[in-house]
Amino acid sequence: MKITKTTLMASAIVAVAGAASAEEMTIVSWGGAYSKSQLKAYHEPYSEKTGVTILNDDSSAEAVAKLRAMNEAGNVTWDVVDVVAADAIRLCDEGLALEIDFDTQLAPAPDGTSASDDFGDLLVSDCFIPQIVYSTTFGYRTDLVGDNPPTEICAVFDLENYPGKRSLEKRPINNMEWALLCDGVAKDDVYDVLATPEGQDQALAKLDTIKDSVVWWSAGADTPQLLADGEVIMGSTYNGRLFSVIEEQKQPVAMLWDAQVFDLDGWIIPAGLSEERQQRALDYIMFATDTQRLADQAKYISYGPARASSAPLVGQHADLGIDMAPHMPTDPENAKNTFLYNYEFWADYRDDIDAKFQAWLAK
Amino acid sequence: MAALTPISRKPLSVVLPTVAIAGGFLGMFVGAGQDNVLLGIVIGAALMAGLAWLYINVLDNERVARWITILGLAAIGFFFAGITGLIVGLLAGWFFAFFIFWLYEGRYRQKLLPYMTAGQVLWHYTFRVICGAIFVFLITPILVVLPLSFNAQDFFTFTPEMLRLDPEGYSLKHYRDFFTNNEWQRSFKNSLIIAPIATVISVTLGTLAAIGLSQSHVPGRRAIMGILISPMIVPLIISATGMFFFYSDIGRFLEGTLGMNKNFVGYVKVVLAHAVLGIPFVIITVTATLVGFDQSLTRAAANMGAGPVRTFFKIQMPLILPGVISGGLFAFITSFDEVVVVLFVGSASQKTLPWQMFTGLREQISPTILAVATILVVISIALLTTVELLRRRSERLRGLTPA
Amino acid sequence: MTDATQSGPMLAADGTPLKKSLARSLRRRKLRALALIAPLLLFVLLSFVIPIVSMLFRSVENGIVSQTLPLTVVELQNWDAESGELPDEALYAAFAKDMVAAIDAKEHTKLGSRLNYEQTGMSSMFRQSGRKIKRLDPEADAPFKEKLIEIHDGWGDVNIWRVIKTHAVPITNGYFLNAVDMQRTPEGAQAQPEDKRILIKLFGRTLFMSLIITGSCILLAYPISYLLANLPMRVSNMLMILVLLPFWTSLLVRTSAWKVMLQQQGVINETLVWLGFVADDARLVIINNQFGTIIAMTHILLPFMILPMYSVMQTIPPTYTRAAKSMGATNWTTFWRIYFPQSIPGIGAGSILVFILAIGYYITPEIVGGTKGVFISNRIAYHISSSLNWGLAAALGTILLAVVLLLYWCYDKIVGIDNVKLG
Repeated sequence: MKITKTTLMASAIVAVAGAASAEEMTIVSWGGAYSKSQLKAYHEPYSEKTGVTILNDDSSAEAVAKLRAMNEAGNVTWDVVDVVAADAIRLCDEGLALEIDFDTQLAPAPDGTSASDDFGDLLVSDCFIPQIVYSTTFGYRTDLVGDNPPTEICAVFDLENYPGKRSLEKRPINNMEWALLCDGVAKDDVYDVLATPEGQDQALAKLDTIKDSVVWWSAGADTPQLLADGEVIMGSTYNGRLFSVIEEQKQPVAMLWDAQVFDLDGWIIPAGLSEERQQRALDYIMFATDTQRLADQAKYISYGPARASSAPLVGQHADLGIDMAPHMPTDPENAKNTFLYNYEFWADYRDDIDAKFQAWLAK
Repeated sequence: MAALTPISRKPLSVVLPTVAIAGGFLGMFVGAGQDNVLLGIVIGAALMAGLAWLYINVLDNERVARWITILGLAAIGFFFAGITGLIVGLLAGWFFAFFIFWLYEGRYRQKLLPYMTAGQVLWHYTFRVICGAIFVFLITPILVVLPLSFNAQDFFTFTPEMLRLDPEGYSLKHYRDFFTNNEWQRSFKNSLIIAPIATVISVTLGTLAAIGLSQSHVPGRRAIMGILISPMIVPLIISATGMFFFYSDIGRFLEGTLGMNKNFVGYVKVVLAHAVLGIPFVIITVTATLVGFDQSLTRAAANMGAGPVRTFFKIQMPLILPGVISGGLFAFITSFDEVVVVLFVGSASQKTLPWQMFTGLREQISPTILAVATILVVISIALLTTVELLRRRSERLRGLTPA
Repeated sequence: MTDATQSGPMLAADGTPLKKSLARSLRRRKLRALALIAPLLLFVLLSFVIPIVSMLFRSVENGIVSQTLPLTVVELQNWDAESGELPDEALYAAFAKDMVAAIDAKEHTKLGSRLNYEQTGMSSMFRQSGRKIKRLDPEADAPFKEKLIEIHDGWGDVNIWRVIKTHAVPITNGYFLNAVDMQRTPEGAQAQPEDKRILIKLFGRTLFMSLIITGSCILLAYPISYLLANLPMRVSNMLMILVLLPFWTSLLVRTSAWKVMLQQQGVINETLVWLGFVADDARLVIINNQFGTIIAMTHILLPFMILPMYSVMQTIPPTYTRAAKSMGATNWTTFWRIYFPQSIPGIGAGSILVFILAIGYYITPEIVGGTKGVFISNRIAYHISSSLNWGLAAALGTILLAVVLLLYWCYDKIVGIDNVKLG
């Protein structure tokens, strides 16, 4: 009924044949709790303000492939897509995402700071509007580590003091950096070392020391499940998942923030949209990435807003009523020792190192 | 014939050791729970052998013996392990009460051929036990899924509360989630729309083509067959991307040129894609049924003046129906359980149940998936049982003795 | 017989020669058969075969280099890659002109991604230098050689130009070489370095594991099908429900259920530890390896084996075995010489079905396979959806498809595809 009504209204205003789709947009995201936080913080207020109906499509995991196929077929059905920064760079390289002029197409901060200054270093691609900072970090079972809870990343490689399985993601990214870091490479040199074949071998050799104790995961929901089962003693995953395991599910799990790897998740607008749809997508982006909206999202999920100006506005969890700031990866207490995902490096070396990594895994 | 095999009582030297072995086996489990396996085996064996001796030599009243065993073991179980033990005890008691007299009275021979040797009888029952084990293997996942779907936690884990059969550990919240969550409801509805239509298309086209293929002198028969079953042999991920391009073109044509509704076109795309995937199964089953089909029947029908259409519906169709139905079943499952192709070809408004489950597994752990699986299992048990009952009824009506 | 007096060809009732009449009727029957097949054939051809073939065509297609850098490719013909010297200014000028046009069309980063599969670092090279080359004017800013090398020192590397030259061909065997752990180099096809060889291994493993899965399906399905085929219908139909139930349960659910069963803190290990068969610190590792994949996939594919076996065994008349026994054959001889040979078509049908389905699976191995239990399809999926190297994915898919078609052909020769029964 509601749709019919909006359709009628829309066709009254815009007397074009394609009116039915004019008030509808498809937004692609990851599904689960993350999509829910976007629904509450962005979609619902936006629909209320503009009357646009928002369709959710939980296809972000296939976004790169699907967007390329859509683009080749000349039939892009998505309006706004939520992807991680690495995927955004890939899409931008492939000409599949729209380049954004950050200062004119995004809202400035409330104090007048331009958007590009407000986002700062997080603008890692010309096509990508960051939304959240999340981190890939470790959680451990408090009841399985004894009296000596791990405080630093190298506990992952320490089978003597922390015997048991650990879960790592089934890809080289992050694991290689952690391995080098714990093999005595200085933090600033990690990527220089990793760029050389010897450095790659060094990282794999370090990983080799724990290979038999690793459960490899490929879906973000794996590590929380493995931790809840007591199947692993510690495991890497996204910090929001761990927050949910610890605070919402009350499992005996704690965070190990040391050497967490910051990564970004945000929006891209597909290239090749019609002028009208592109305009609407830009309008949505302008709305959804302003200072207040980004801070709102943190009420529902423990990811840090990408704008500097949003950080002071972060409040309490919508259901649990706890302060969210201490659970943010960007909180000073948590961010004492951090890494920023090196996009440039991995865009170049991903294929090469992945082949080596997979060959190593299969050995 | 089989029931007429005469049975005779067996000597205690056969019955007691066998019962003792079975008792020892049960005792092992109980002993493990009390951290003393060996003692458990000994006590179990002694207890059961003793009971058997008592029933056979002293009591000699099967009904009373049965109740003693069931209630006695249930009481012991309750004493050791509470509610769980009670249930295990009841089941064990029922089994032993049956087992002792089954052996003693020689009932195990009752349904077998009279001339079978002892070795053959033993093999007969060993074979049954092996088959039973394989059936257990087949339904194990369902046995796991069933209780987990009532988990009070949001993980696929048997919590200590669940193992203690504590009501705290169980909840209906995942079922509530399924019935109240829009996403689940929508995807369930989509699956119910897409799968049957796709099945109908693949069954109709597939059956026609199979009939064509089964006739003699079809040129290029093997090549055609190869093409028709190709959707089964191409790796799904390749099919998915390949089909994406084709269906985008189709979609653009239907939407742009014919001005059809975008949503409707979305359904058309997924239905057609699933129909293609189901076709090999229909082709294979129906051609197989047609191999044994007696062509003189159609000629006889034609002789008596029936047209091709009439012949098809009155003669051919009823005879090949089993093949068509099982092909349809395969096609239906293919669509109902397909996730890779729909991820590519479908868009948000055609999200099917497997798609929703897939995101459910990947993005957040939600035992709602298990609740859905349980509901589907219950529905299918009901459906399959109904079909079987109907089959028996129609056999009775046609005056056949039920097979 | 009465026509003995009649000379000339035999005539049908309507007076046409019988031969002609028969031929016509045969033609009509053929046409009718074809008319029945045609709708489906067209449907499958159009909506499946053609799209798949065009997808697979990507495994050799490589127009991107010559389309993005048309002038450069022409100039590269004149450059001797073996000389070890950098190309001359003419090539750099052509390259600058091509790049300015490509940047304008936003094609240069695409080319960078493509070449990055061959030479690590090209992706960022094209992206970074793109920003600067954009400002050059192809006419006014000549000469370019120095300028380009200044923009990115990669353009002063002979090796980079050799890579571009090697991959400038419009139809390439490069993806297929990659798919068998080799690479296309200026010196011709060469093996990949030892530490990057994985695909051949995965192909081998996929075939090997599929065989094992097929084998264990046969072992488990045979007794069950035998039992089902020999029980009274009312009992066997009820038991059939047990076979069909897992079929109705989503693949994803069944796979997760196996995870719950098999993991170290899972149902099986907990039970064994509880019974004292296994020490608490020596729990069995039965998941995230080949064993886990084999168990889960055997379970998932078992109904595909049982149903065809069952339908074949149902048609075996019990009289043969009785006859054999009455003539003094032992149980074993009766089974092995009489019953088993008659059940072979069922085994064949089930095996080919299970094997083909197993070879293309990727979701289950991904979830329970760990590192040693993954299949080649997992790599195909990775290259399709993550690395975007569709050429390589298509090459892998083509090889896999060729293997399956070969098997299908052998099967058709040996058993005959008509004998495949599904129940």
